[in-house]
Amino acid sequence: MSEHFDAIVVGAGPSGNAAAYTMAKAGLSVLQIDRGEYPGSKNVQGAILYADALERIIPDFREDAPLERHVVEQRIWMLDDRAHTGTHYRSDDFNEARPNRYTILRAQFDKWFSKKVREAGALVITETTVTGLVRNEAGAVIGVQTDREGGPVFARVVVLAEGVNGLVAQRAGLRPELKPNHVALAVKETHFLSEEKVQERFNLAGEDDGVVIEVLGTVTSGMVGTGFLYTNKESISIGVGCLVSDYAETGMAPYELLDRFKRHPSVAPLLRGSEMKEYVAHLIPEGGYNAIPKLTGDGWLIVGDAGQFVNAVHREGSNLAMTTGRMAAEAIIALRKADLPVSEANLKIYRDALAESFVMQDMKKYRHLPATLEKNRDALFGAYPRALSSALQTLFRVDGTAKRDKEKQMLGIVKKSRGSWWAVATDMFKVARAWR
Amino acid sequence: MTAKDKPVRMEERLYQNRYMVDEGRPHVRIHHQAEDSPQLKTLTRICPAGCYALDENGRVQVAADGCMECGTCRIVCQATGEIEWSYPRGGYGILFKFG
Repeated sequence: MSEHFDAIVVGAGPSGNAAAYTMAKAGLSVLQIDRGEYPGSKNVQGAILYADALERIIPDFREDAPLERHVVEQRIWMLDDRAHTGTHYRSDDFNEARPNRYTILRAQFDKWFSKKVREAGALVITETTVTGLVRNEAGAVIGVQTDREGGPVFARVVVLAEGVNGLVAQRAGLRPELKPNHVALAVKETHFLSEEKVQERFNLAGEDDGVVIEVLGTVTSGMVGTGFLYTNKESISIGVGCLVSDYAETGMAPYELLDRFKRHPSVAPLLRGSEMKEYVAHLIPEGGYNAIPKLTGDGWLIVGDAGQFVNAVHREGSNLAMTTGRMAAEAIIALRKADLPVSEANLKIYRDALAESFVMQDMKKYRHLPATLEKNRDALFGAYPRALSSALQTLFRVDGTAKRDKEKQMLGIVKKSRGSWWAVATDMFKVARAWR
Repeated sequence: MTAKDKPVRMEERLYQNRYMVDEGRPHVRIHHQAEDSPQLKTLTRICPAGCYALDENGRVQVAADGCMECGTCRIVCQATGEIEWSYPRGGYGILFKFG
């Protein structure tokens, strides 16, 4: 395999597939290498697919992509140990010809995406782990080493789409090891139920309609993180993720947190009688803008989770992965057409494209939020969720107390949760400023 | 802690998962120091696959057969140098059905 490619793509997740597909479609010679048995077998996500990012790559993807349900309702729940306070937004407008969001099962979806990559003309090799990068005398990356026999493979550029752990880039000294407070450890189970049961329990009219629930509050036992529950065709994905630094500090077991979530009185009835068929764990890059590593160099660039491209607030990641993969590909295609080397200087077009897009703008917008959440962890992930539940219960319980007294009690609950109104105001100000 | 029934429950949980175990070539190893660091010890609690446990001498040992390749242990122990973590050889390790 001494062939020389226009590009080698390391990894076959959303970012790698977007890059490989876009380049192959433009006529470049592309080699994509994945360590899984099939593309998708090493990949984990919640998972929500954002149609827009994929439509810009494969406009007619709806024709044959394995989609579970399109999302007609978004719920946000704030949990304490016995209650949930929620907002639900459901609209019939989401029942449209080209729905905006879908639930998917990544192992199946990625397999489909990879088939498209192959049809576009890329050479996809699986069951192969990239073990290192090859450089020339000047230090530019010119290829990769793998654990297959036959020596290194060469290309004009290596696209590092290797996912959150990013070992290839790390061991080549292109980026540092991940910090424990820049990644969340998520565990998830896939629970199977009949299609009818999923529809009944979530009040769904259409057989393809779906609900997603994002969960805050005591579900994370005071750690920085969130829970989620997504409806698939005939299964439910349920999981919880918290910062690795918080796990290390508390010594809490992630699966015990998940079990507690599953036993919560608001959640248990949704899962009753289901059969758990897979348990997974995965890291999510949540360090935000300040955790983004160097993205380009001579002969290499980074896309997707490997570049920390996750908007943790809005639970977006796969769309950022596909978008960064596409933009990297477009930059490489432009350089190929102009017969220019894929140098760090010339890859400015990739960096500029990112900066001008929603990707970097969103990453930048929330750049202060990870630190703010971490610093105010106890209030935001413990005290307030409990106070909210307690205040609302006071409001709704009819017990002969005058309403004016009820209001006083409710305000008292909120004040007491943080000790003083000054503390509450400071918390609000800090979060608002980080959100801005 | 219920050390006795924990491994059983983890086995049940992992029973549904598919693995291609690379016999004799674990992708996670411990380089033991004179004493196990607090970071290494905490892995007996926080590893989502329960790969870490104390042996009869109270030392932390790893059995990576059930590993889901998340990378948490490598990150937690990066400062101590006790964990050597690589991607498994191509085709080996966890094989997600649904992901």
